[in-house]
Amino acid sequence: MGWAQSLDATWALIRRAANEILRVPGAAIPGVLAPTIFFLGLTSVFGALSHLPGFPAPFKDWMIPVSLLQGAGFTGAATGVNLARDIEQGWFDRLLVSPAPRPVILAGLVLSAALRSLIPATFLLAVGFAIGVNWPGLDGLLIALLVVMGFGTVAACWGTMLALRYRSQSAAPLMQAGMLLLVLTTTAYAPLSFLTGWLYTVAKYNPVTQILEAARQGFIGSVTWSDTWPGLLCLAGLLALLSALALRGMRRTAV
Amino acid sequence: MTRTDLRVIGALGARSVKQTFRRPQLLAPIVVFPSILLAIQTAGAGQAVNLPGFPPVNSFLDFMLAGAMIQSTLLAGNSGGIALAVDIEMGFTDRLLAAPISRFGMVLGRLAGTAALSALAGIWFLVIGLIFGVHINEGVPGAIVMMLLVTLSGLAFGGIGAAVALRTGRASVVQGLFPLVFVILFLSSAFFPQDLLTGPAATIAQYNPLSFIVEGIRDPVISSLTWEVFGKAIASLVLVFAIGIALSSMALRRRIRMGG
Repeated sequence: MGWAQSLDATWALIRRAANEILRVPGAAIPGVLAPTIFFLGLTSVFGALSHLPGFPAPFKDWMIPVSLLQGAGFTGAATGVNLARDIEQGWFDRLLVSPAPRPVILAGLVLSAALRSLIPATFLLAVGFAIGVNWPGLDGLLIALLVVMGFGTVAACWGTMLALRYRSQSAAPLMQAGMLLLVLTTTAYAPLSFLTGWLYTVAKYNPVTQILEAARQGFIGSVTWSDTWPGLLCLAGLLALLSALALRGMRRTAV
Repeated sequence: MTRTDLRVIGALGARSVKQTFRRPQLLAPIVVFPSILLAIQTAGAGQAVNLPGFPPVNSFLDFMLAGAMIQSTLLAGNSGGIALAVDIEMGFTDRLLAAPISRFGMVLGRLAGTAALSALAGIWFLVIGLIFGVHINEGVPGAIVMMLLVTLSGLAFGGIGAAVALRTGRASVVQGLFPLVFVILFLSSAFFPQDLLTGPAATIAQYNPLSFIVEGIRDPVISSLTWEVFGKAIASLVLVFAIGIALSSMALRRRIRMGG
């Protein structure tokens, strides 16, 4: 299969995922609503934390990138759930016997998640700006959206890996919980120096902390290369690792 | 209520507990998810105890424990509703309707199971709390009051879950209430003192029955048990339970009238 045909096949799979949104719009609602509810809820509940001496920004500015990553995580996990459904219903077997190579099939699945993750992000940003979230500047916004798309792809690779492993939609909670844990065990609630106990250590070494800080920088201050590159590097590392594992799962899948 | 009714309620309650332990997807929201959130929020927002106006506590975990318990019972109510809806979808409820047992015993059996699961979840959080250094000011009597309120919470929230399950008969609809659970939690004093909440949540939390229930569970841990707080918690539970039972009763009658 040549490059042009591979791109056509990838595009066809992305279009199929987009069709799902148009035909079953209700399916996208939980992925949009959940991070928005968490954003509004946590901002109301823990908003007073920003009154602590040394807290760097109003709490809603601090939280919005967390919810953006949550939204991307849920969207990516939904790709895994959809794949599990396709496996259960036998559609995926038909895809496997097609001439499309495995990496092309994987690319089609996870790139669709990258695009879909912009839906909750757009909704969240609209809600956030409506309640007074700081405008991050064009550069800050573009970096945040790039990180959201990247994290959506990482989550889709994770979901795909689990869908191929368990071949059942009952693995859905594992797909969603894995991403939620990865996002929340970072500087999600407060800066690193404010975290206590085990979370301080976990957040320090969790690569998603760097990814989150890259997405957050525009909302709480100015955009700098020194805050951007560690996040992009961690994103690339996670993407390389999880896409390799997802591809391994796909290669091991026999029809 | 006859002895037969009690036996039916006991048998259906035991079935509901066994069913939850056999299906990890029903148990996880009751125990695993609130435990993880408790661990993360305690370590992530632990500095909140230094805020002016935060009630005096030994640690943030002392304050958060009641929130985790009430989150668990809300999710137990939701899970109980999902399991009841699955029973309706699979035809198990139809078989019960054809059996010579009290119609309402079917619902009470499910609620008894949800209450038992809530009690078990309450014990789990109490043990976790004690292991990680929670100090219960009111000692053993305080812990007993906490367990009583947690168990009754399961019964009350289970009634709402059962009403939705009986009305819709679809597990996916009851599952859709999951985000609503968090809306109700965030609009109460479950995770933070009422005086320190911001925005509309601060106002709504003053009137949210969940705030009174959670404060009834929290009071024995961080302060001393008072009749006023306990009374408000019980009154709120009675209100939620009455609403749940009334709605369940209406939904069950409608289901029987429509032919199951």
